[in-house]
Amino acid sequence: MSRLANLTGRKEPELRPFPTEEDLKAKRAFRPISRSRRLTDKFVAGIVTLAFLVALAPLLWVLWTVVSKGFPAILSSNWWLRSLQGVLPEEFAGGIYHALYGTIVQALMAAAISVPLGLLIAIYLVEYGRGQLARLVTQMVDIMSGIPSIVAALFVFSLWVGTFGQPQSAFAVSLALVLLMLPVVVRNTEEMLRLVPDELREASYALGVPKWITILRIVLPSAMSGIISGIILAVARVMGETAPVLVLVGYSRSINFNIFDGNMASLPLLLYTELTNPEAAGQLRVWGAALTLIILIAILNIIATVVSRLVAPKKS
Amino acid sequence: MSSPRPEVTEPSAPRIGAGPKAAAPDQKPGNSPAPEPGPDSSAAPVFKHGSVVGDRIFRGISTAAGLSVVAVIVLIAVFLLVRAIPSLQANTVNFFFSSEFNTTDADNLAFGIRDLLIVTVLSSAFALLLAVPVAVGIAIFLTQYAPRRLAHWFGNLVDLLAAVPSIVFGLWGIFILAPWLEPLAKALNSSLGWFPLFATGNVSLNGGGTIFTAGIVLAVMILPIITAITREVYKQTPGGHIEAAQALGATKWEVVKMTVLPFGRSGTIAAAMLGLGRALGETVAVLIILRASAQAASFTLFDGGYTFASKIASAAAEFSAPLPTGAYIAAGFVLFALTFIVNALARSVVGKKVNG
Repeated sequence: MSRLANLTGRKEPELRPFPTEEDLKAKRAFRPISRSRRLTDKFVAGIVTLAFLVALAPLLWVLWTVVSKGFPAILSSNWWLRSLQGVLPEEFAGGIYHALYGTIVQALMAAAISVPLGLLIAIYLVEYGRGQLARLVTQMVDIMSGIPSIVAALFVFSLWVGTFGQPQSAFAVSLALVLLMLPVVVRNTEEMLRLVPDELREASYALGVPKWITILRIVLPSAMSGIISGIILAVARVMGETAPVLVLVGYSRSINFNIFDGNMASLPLLLYTELTNPEAAGQLRVWGAALTLIILIAILNIIATVVSRLVAPKKS
Repeated sequence: MSSPRPEVTEPSAPRIGAGPKAAAPDQKPGNSPAPEPGPDSSAAPVFKHGSVVGDRIFRGISTAAGLSVVAVIVLIAVFLLVRAIPSLQANTVNFFFSSEFNTTDADNLAFGIRDLLIVTVLSSAFALLLAVPVAVGIAIFLTQYAPRRLAHWFGNLVDLLAAVPSIVFGLWGIFILAPWLEPLAKALNSSLGWFPLFATGNVSLNGGGTIFTAGIVLAVMILPIITAITREVYKQTPGGHIEAAQALGATKWEVVKMTVLPFGRSGTIAAAMLGLGRALGETVAVLIILRASAQAASFTLFDGGYTFASKIASAAAEFSAPLPTGAYIAAGFVLFALTFIVNALARSVVGKKVNG
């Protein structure tokens, strides 16, 4: 033993007989874990818990900052009911009604295009798509989900404004949002459709129901709650997108109902514009708009959770 | 639509219950239905025709929808290139190696992406360096350490980070985080300034409009996506591996080290790459935080400047003349290619698609 130790230059581990008198007295069935291993284990447990807390810190910090700084702004009654028309930069008056309208209408317009399209693509991938073509479509959806929002905005700009000669408008923003929303809708719907048990489809086919009716009346309704909550989350995600509105539409201080022409404010755009306002009122509006945006997104998240809970398929 | 699992025999789908004679799986189009007595006889032929024509139409529509995605991706690449090429031809400096980005004079365009590339890659890489260890730690915590019942809620909390709009992160980053980080940045700069990454950059440290601040905010922003993917992968570690390690007397950490981490290695790499893709394209948070600088980028975290995305967004208001706009579209194309490559690498690592 000592010879081996000399050869390797390392200290031989001391072989303790087990069980020792001590172990028998303590009624131990196994040899206790060595101190260093135990400490390492505890240390790692501490580190990973800390990692989790490190992630929570910015979340709480951001939320607290926005709520505490934006709260005074959203309390004024004009905030929700007025636009900023005729309001001077240094006076805190008016509100974000025009921007709220823009945010909601742009997101809804994007949803109106991307939901039917996304559902069809997901149906294709789950129910019809086989082989190379389906794989290609899946890859393209993956690529689409990785497209930066500014690239989507540039593409819509060069297509819609540059090539078709259309004016910059809220609709152009919606088109860019479609590119960002579509992969989210497809992914989620695909996942939900795959969860529908094949027995349901087979039972329907066995009754002679054609495939397309089976999909529309059996498969889709079964997955509906998951699909809807996914769509709501996708809408919430695109609402905060700033890059498309910076590129594709001008800012307006007053309400514009026309989505196909003219400048239209939205919460991110108002926020970004007011950033350059050095007055205290501007700062207040910035944080107020941020809080309004967060509230909007929070409401949508809550609705999505409720939808997926309430209409969730019962577990058999 | 509200009933989660409609029974096929329910009246909600009346034609389905047309009777056993309708269920004959005879779908030849030329086969005229034999007249059958009884109230159901009118339903049966409608159904047989519908099955063929309707199926074909519906299949066609959904396939077309699938193909539209392919078309859009091709169009994006083509359109960006078509718009960029005239400007690239009119460019008077080297597109890849020039730090200049001057598009005010349409007859004398001078734009190069050297600085944009440096700032983009540096800030994203720094963000990744910070985010990946934390994300892996969280994923291990959520899948192995956290109490089962709470783990789900803890996971949702981390996911909430992804719901916060990037412009809000930008606000928080420049107004709250940057002043808070300022002493740290100054200390790093004065004590470790000999190390290139901490050398004095081209903007002042006051106010914190540096890659250092932007990278930390980016790290927070890509944390949820990396965590979500690694968490999913770690969750799939085969129970047999874990139990085998436990049977050998491994402690919890040893179990993780021997089973979870090796099993999830490719997934972790893919998650990091997808996070990198997100960071490369992040626009408005970086735009708000980074301070513009007249001098060229110098490979330090205390530089200011623009990333691809923030440069394009900053000039968005002036997109009118085709040639200057084309310069930004060229930069946008490089960004598109960059994220494309990073995402493709991520997917090739795992060999199949990953969600994110």
